Amino acid sequence: MLEFRKDLFADERDDNLNVIGKGEQRQDMLGHVTGRTRFFDDHGFEGLLHLKVVRSPHHHARIRSIDVSAAERAPGVKRVIRAQDVPVNKNTLLSLIGFGKDDEPTLAVDKVRYKGEPIVAVIADSDAEAMAAVKLVRVGYDPLPAVFDVQEALKPGAVVVNETYPGNYFEYHDKYDHQKLRFGDVEAAFRTADHVLEERYQMSPIEHASTETNGTIAAPETNDRYVVHSCAQGLFFSLGTTAKILALESNRLHFIGGTVGGGFGGKVDSLTEPLAVLGAILTGRPVRYVLGREEEMQFGSPRGAERHVIKDGVMRDGRIVARQITSYFDAGAYTRLSSYGVVKCVAHMPGPYTIPNVRGDAYCVFTNRVPATAMRGFGVTGLDFSIEVQMDKLAHLVGIDPMEFRILNAYRDGDMKAHRRVAHNTALIECVQVAAQKVNWPLSETARRASSLSGGGGPRAAIPPTVTDESGRIGRPETRQAPPQLTPGAAPLPAYQTPPAVPIYQPPPAHQPVAPLPNYPSQPAAATPPPAPVPPVPAPPAAPQHGAARFSSVFTRRR
Amino acid sequence: MPVNVRIVQGLQEAAEILAADRGALLLGGGTLLVRAINEGVMTEGTLLRAVDPALLAINAGGARVELGAGVTMAMVLANRDLSYLHAPARGIGGPAVRTTATIGGNLFAATPYGDFTAALLALDAVVTLHAGFGGAREMPLEEMLTNRARGGVGLVVSVGFNRPVGADAFRFLKVARVRPKGVSVLSIAAHLPQNAGRVSGARIAYGAMGPTPLRAKAVERVLEGQSLDAATIAATKTAALEGTMPATDAIASEWYRREVLPVHLGRLLAGETS
Amino acid sequence: MARMPVQFRLNGSDRAVFVEPAETLLGTIRRGLGDFAPKFGCGQGTCGVCTVLVDGEPRLGCLTLSVTCEGRSIETASGLADGPTLHPLQAAFMEHFAAQCGFCTPGMLMAAKALLDRNPNPTRIEVVEAIAGNICRCTGYEPIINAILAAAQQRGARRA
Ligand SMILES: Cc1cc2nc3c(=O)[nH]c(=O)nc-3n(C[C@H](O)[C@H](O)[C@H](O)COP(=O)(O)OP(=O)(O)OC[C@H]3O[C@@H](n4cnc5c(N)ncnc54)[C@H](O)[C@@H]3O)c2cc1C
Ligand code: FES
Ligand code: FES
Repeated sequence: MLEFRKDLFADERDDNLNVIGKGEQRQDMLGHVTGRTRFFDDHGFEGLLHLKVVRSPHHHARIRSIDVSAAERAPGVKRVIRAQDVPVNKNTLLSLIGFGKDDEPTLAVDKVRYKGEPIVAVIADSDAEAMAAVKLVRVGYDPLPAVFDVQEALKPGAVVVNETYPGNYFEYHDKYDHQKLRFGDVEAAFRTADHVLEERYQMSPIEHASTETNGTIAAPETNDRYVVHSCAQGLFFSLGTTAKILALESNRLHFIGGTVGGGFGGKVDSLTEPLAVLGAILTGRPVRYVLGREEEMQFGSPRGAERHVIKDGVMRDGRIVARQITSYFDAGAYTRLSSYGVVKCVAHMPGPYTIPNVRGDAYCVFTNRVPATAMRGFGVTGLDFSIEVQMDKLAHLVGIDPMEFRILNAYRDGDMKAHRRVAHNTALIECVQVAAQKVNWPLSETARRASSLSGGGGPRAAIPPTVTDESGRIGRPETRQAPPQLTPGAAPLPAYQTPPAVPIYQPPPAHQPVAPLPNYPSQPAAATPPPAPVPPVPAPPAAPQHGAARFSSVFTRRR
Repeated sequence: MPVNVRIVQGLQEAAEILAADRGALLLGGGTLLVRAINEGVMTEGTLLRAVDPALLAINAGGARVELGAGVTMAMVLANRDLSYLHAPARGIGGPAVRTTATIGGNLFAATPYGDFTAALLALDAVVTLHAGFGGAREMPLEEMLTNRARGGVGLVVSVGFNRPVGADAFRFLKVARVRPKGVSVLSIAAHLPQNAGRVSGARIAYGAMGPTPLRAKAVERVLEGQSLDAATIAATKTAALEGTMPATDAIASEWYRREVLPVHLGRLLAGETS
Repeated sequence: MARMPVQFRLNGSDRAVFVEPAETLLGTIRRGLGDFAPKFGCGQGTCGVCTVLVDGEPRLGCLTLSVTCEGRSIETASGLADGPTLHPLQAAFMEHFAAQCGFCTPGMLMAAKALLDRNPNPTRIEVVEAIAGNICRCTGYEPIINAILAAAQQRGARRA
């Protein structure tokens, strides 16, 4: 049951609200229970035609020939659509906000890059006739070697998946083969840490499996416009994408939607809208294009696979002094939204913790798998899983209760985040405290008294002198291993010269296994002399903190 | 030519059409056939809907049981005399699948389906077939399953078997990852007639452990003349995998099926399953 | 292929339609007769959003051929309410927040109706079993189970 904790952050909130905290009926509920809610497919049209596509049976192959003559003559077939019929047959979704290069055809031209890629569309009087005609399309293929592993795909000489990105990686800032985050000097901090722990985490693709599959009905409307009943989660995003691919003025498209039978990120790709509208243009009739469940499962984009390698330096007293994360996102054969997921991932590093030295490198990698896309917190969820498992391992390594360990390292209001923004409205400490209370997990007095509102800022607000590097320049994979360059004048280990703002940690009563688990390889502290005093740290720039427009704020540099 | 449907009265005519037309298939409940049409796997041919009371007959009161091939899982569940078959019937889909799925269709369902057939196999069932000429004839279920892959089995009219004696003589276990409804990792049916505390004429059958449901004859041999004690059960676990050829599919890998089968068999024989 | 005539009752009124031989009941109800309450989610029998009642039994519209429904009585979620008065299940679904996107709701309601019509006083386990063939990707099922139990209780109270 929902519980509102009005005791926490009470002065940051107005409690005299009309809706929040009260039970309100959803405005669409009556429609749902009476069966009257109209989803995209719940619209009748006289003369409705049905569209099905021919899909690649190969992971990677050159298309030698396409013969549609038998399909065109098949019963009920009204039109066959080929790649050359698509006005702008190359697009990338985020081109609407100027991010990335057009890399994906609506219908494959010379090559197929994943199993299931659409090649030809068939429009017929019925679903059954369209499916029967699809079987009659003859496509000649020369199969090519395929690559399925992200790290294999990044190796020099790997099979080129997507010629728009010949190194098999998305290009960031026209400069790097990955997205970077640099804050302080992790290498120096690893050298002085009591323990260093490096672990690898990975997850498989995840299908959204919304109960409604992707689909669209498009029909000619009055005034030379087309009405489009769409499943899209982002209706106007889909309208813009369709207008671009079909080279139409957007005011000729009348999109109706927003009533989505479950999306979870799986309905942002405009998988069906452009072909349905093109079909309506070419036949002059209403056209319905709906994915079957098997198509949806196998070829509708999933949340992509991720791999994260996390290396942490931690002190005996529990403070994490350095975190280095290398992430690989499997975009599949085309970009879709993976490039953005990577940006979100890096924006989330190093998790909700204040760590004085952070290094992040995240790659958006092309492989011959089904293109991946958004899904609930994509870019963040897989990383969070990895970070939190790592946090448990670190806690065991230093012999501290994992809840206490999180409270100790949690970010607090006023702290400088690795992205050079000051943290505010932080609440991790309170979350852990409440969670511990709910499950009767004993916390030490220190942990119970900790607060997100105090102990932050001050020296924790400093931006340390930062080591930068030119590793991973586009087209120069050999530079990925290059040692980081120390920024001239910077000294290592900045923030740790100042006394930590959290009280020195008192080990909790022994209610948890406090002995380090035997299996975690730990690296004893190198006997280095204390580093030289730090030059004064420059004050943080007064970065504007917009809460809104998160999406665009991530991309401001790209504009 | 899209899929056609013909409705015929009487088994004789249906059997003749099936024998004459290789593109014709008998429509049971259609839970598998209509899916194949929906997904464009089946785009031509003829479905025969045979309307004949023999297909829906249930004769379950006496020692010899006869069930029409058109009897649905829901009909089995509604019949108290068939309580020993309730577990396999309940395991097939949700309620709306069970009102439709027939026994006849289950005999032809590709692995990992075929749980009910595994139960029938352990009951030493005989199928009554109608090949279109010369009327009906009987064939052991095991033989029919062997012939199945070659096609042309013809129309199954009914299945018959002896009612198991004793409440605990027939046991069934379906192992699935999704509860309460999920496709089988595997299923095990055991018929364990006992004579003075010793098993005599045991029948063990597996679903999803090969291309068709199959008998575990090595396990049956181990059980013969033994009491169901710990030593016997340990010996059956050793023999459990003989003759199996499980597949790797979306539900489980072949390796996993082999790993867990002996464990579940042991539990079923020890009466440790709920 | 020659179309075939079929007659059945849909939510209490007699209907006659011509169908393709291999047309599904779901297709006939939706595109043939214009009742869009039952949904298509898979066409494989795995999701249950197409659940309707045929002679009171829960059936999957996507796996049932229309030609097998001659003379049957078919119910969909469109026929649940009695004029402006909601069926107790509908009212309980509203009250217990048993829908988010609403795509599974028409099928869930019919699966639940099939249960309550036969078993007015089900246990929680029986409710879970009754909707086992219906997938909901939004709610996590608990609100749906609670709503069905509440509807049963409320109906019981009315009978008493
Ligand atoms: C969601 C879901 C879950 C399922 N879960 C299970 C499960 O757990 N276990 C399981 O075993 N199955 C399962 N099934 C598969 C299937 O529903 C059953 O196997 C069912 O018994 C098949 O029967 P049917 O009458 O629907 O077959 P149909 O689709 O009508 O026919 C299947 C095949 O059998 C042939 N056939 C049918 N009857 C006869 C006959 N009398 N003579 C000759 N040939 C015949 C048909 O020609 C066809 O080739 C599931 C299906 C779904 C949709
Ligand atoms: S559409 Fe019928 S069960 Fe999914
Ligand atoms: S409410 Fe969305 S699937 Fe159930």
